[in-house]
Amino acid sequence: MQNSIKKYFPVFLLPTFLAFIIGFIAPFAMGIYLSFCKFTTVTDAQFIGFKNYTKIFSEGDFTHALWYTSAFTVVTVIIINVIAFAIALALTKKIKGRNTFRTVFFMPNLIGGIVLGYIWQLLLNGILLNVGKTLSYSATYGFWGLVILMCWQQIGYMMIIYIAGIQNVPGDIIEAAQVDGVNKWQMLKDIILPMVMPSITVCTFLTLTNSFKLFDQNLALTNGEPSNMSELLALNIYRTFYGRNGWEGVGQAKAVVFFIIVAIIAVAQNKLTRAKEVEQ
Amino acid sequence: MRKFKKLSACVLALAMTTGMLTGCGDDAGKDGGSSKKEASGKVYYLNFKPEAADQWKALAEAYTDETGVDVTVVTAASGTYESTLKSEIAKEEAPTLFQVNGPVGMATWKDYCYDLSNSDFYSHVKSDDFVLKSDDDSQVLGVAYVIETYGIIYNKKIFADYCATSGAKVSDISEINSFDKFKEVVEDMQSKKDELGILGAFTSAGMDSSSDWRFKTHLANLPIYYEYKDDGIDTTDAIKGTYLDNYKAIWDLYINNSTCEPSLLSGKTGEDATAEFSLGEACFYQNGTWAYGDISGNDVADEDLGMIPIYVGGEGEDKQGLCTGSENYWCVNKNASEDDIKATLDFMNWCITSDTGRDSICNDMGFVTPFDSFTEEYQPENPLVKIANEYVESDKTPVPWLFPTMPSETWKNNVGSALLEYAQGTGEWDAVKTAFVEGWAKERAASSDE
Repeated sequence: MQNSIKKYFPVFLLPTFLAFIIGFIAPFAMGIYLSFCKFTTVTDAQFIGFKNYTKIFSEGDFTHALWYTSAFTVVTVIIINVIAFAIALALTKKIKGRNTFRTVFFMPNLIGGIVLGYIWQLLLNGILLNVGKTLSYSATYGFWGLVILMCWQQIGYMMIIYIAGIQNVPGDIIEAAQVDGVNKWQMLKDIILPMVMPSITVCTFLTLTNSFKLFDQNLALTNGEPSNMSELLALNIYRTFYGRNGWEGVGQAKAVVFFIIVAIIAVAQNKLTRAKEVEQ
Repeated sequence: MRKFKKLSACVLALAMTTGMLTGCGDDAGKDGGSSKKEASGKVYYLNFKPEAADQWKALAEAYTDETGVDVTVVTAASGTYESTLKSEIAKEEAPTLFQVNGPVGMATWKDYCYDLSNSDFYSHVKSDDFVLKSDDDSQVLGVAYVIETYGIIYNKKIFADYCATSGAKVSDISEINSFDKFKEVVEDMQSKKDELGILGAFTSAGMDSSSDWRFKTHLANLPIYYEYKDDGIDTTDAIKGTYLDNYKAIWDLYINNSTCEPSLLSGKTGEDATAEFSLGEACFYQNGTWAYGDISGNDVADEDLGMIPIYVGGEGEDKQGLCTGSENYWCVNKNASEDDIKATLDFMNWCITSDTGRDSICNDMGFVTPFDSFTEEYQPENPLVKIANEYVESDKTPVPWLFPTMPSETWKNNVGSALLEYAQGTGEWDAVKTAFVEGWAKERAASSDE
């Protein structure tokens, strides 16, 4: 058995590895190289050194997008995880039709971001019509619009992960705790939460990176209006890239900076929650 | 612990596959690119005009049936042409035929343009006014293939009803020959909208991306036109904004006398405005000859369509005509293979000389072209084009299309955002001024910065 694994592992590994190189490593390396270039299309680049990087903060729009995105991420990570966990708790209890509920909550995830963005734009503008305004009235409206959309889309997905986690808590531990006479709150805080810590790691990681990278929903829902005030980082990068002749490289440089920021935050988060995971 | 590892692994795998699946749906809509046929070259046309997307597809099929040469037509969605072109042209199977919008677009793409000066195609162009040349005038890099006209389209029936009301400001459309007169009429009509059975004098000035170009680009052409005219120039690195007050006046007129509240403009689309006009809910609609296809076949009969110039209160505007020009220049990708370039040139030539091609371009697409091959019998039925031709033949001076000299997409977007904020009451007009004047200089500097 061991031998045949040793013998045949390339057969299983190589295709994925190739796909990984073509689909991830190569464009990534090329992207970093392009951030040091001036180019119109990605195939005719001309090396210019750090010039692109000096222009990143020249207009203040990147800084604004950075703060706006950070605030957005903090809010959505908290709301999504708390609500998803609460729903998961409820739907692991023995209630009638819980599978139907699970399916219904999960479904929003199957709709593409652009479509969702436009649908929610119609819905939210329809509501705001009552006060004679639209989503683009202020960046605050856009912000909460995005938060609502994001929650609606992501809660179901995270819920499924939490359900899997909660169901994995061994019955004997729970029984033992019950025999010891813990109340409901203690059960949640001292037994279930530590046991589902791996799920929490995964969910916070996913929500964190998803919020930071959010693009299509932002494009469809507010498109940065009013005056780029509701522009998240990814949209800012996209618009820098396509907005002016000769600024493609600056967009690319922003993307590299963006990558570094997301990577640092994600690694830190991973370390933090991993440390809280318990051996079973 | 093993269980948890398994769980995390499953979840991560799930997350990854979701990402992969969403990433894949992109190319499905682009047909024809890989179908194999016996022909040496092939054509890939990246079309700029969504309103003619189906007609181009049909024409391409007709050409393939006739000659066996593969023609792929891909149309970029409204407002995304530059970004689509940038990614498409970097591909192995790059567009062989693409479009630029004018001098500023040509500055970006000149290194990709094949010299057309020896092509049959170029020999049919009536005048060099319709071509884009290289900086030293030695090469022809782009050729306009459609000449278009825009102004304020109006519904003759509603207008006649208005003229019949008591206290109407004019008795005939010809009396409107200045901004002041136009304003009087529009405001009076708005106050009588219930009597006339309409929702507003103007269709909604939607600031959704499907509609905002009508104002941030086309309407902005007029203040630019009068400033250039005063200064005797045809492009500039620093605009002064002499006529911005006029821009404000006409924008105020649009947003305050329309079918919807100014605060709701951001959600209004181009389709909304078209629908309002073609269902007879509003009398005035700023758009051009290309809008005919969308308007026709509804409540408004062809003979009820009229078009007047956009008056903004400039000097001598009683002689001002409609805005006529082109932002559609055909360019051939010089990096394509010899065979493909030849196939593309043949295709272009076929489009403007064969009966099928000419019929499709003038009747199905309704385009006016600058080619001598489009003789008398190949003039479009489009009533708006007829009006445009009448204007050109009258003593009015046509307004050229100067918006291709706008410095960048970012400039247009910033002006558009400022217009919207002003309209919905969250911004001041000064922001439009800043975006217009300071933004111009800044964008010019940013784009030319080496």
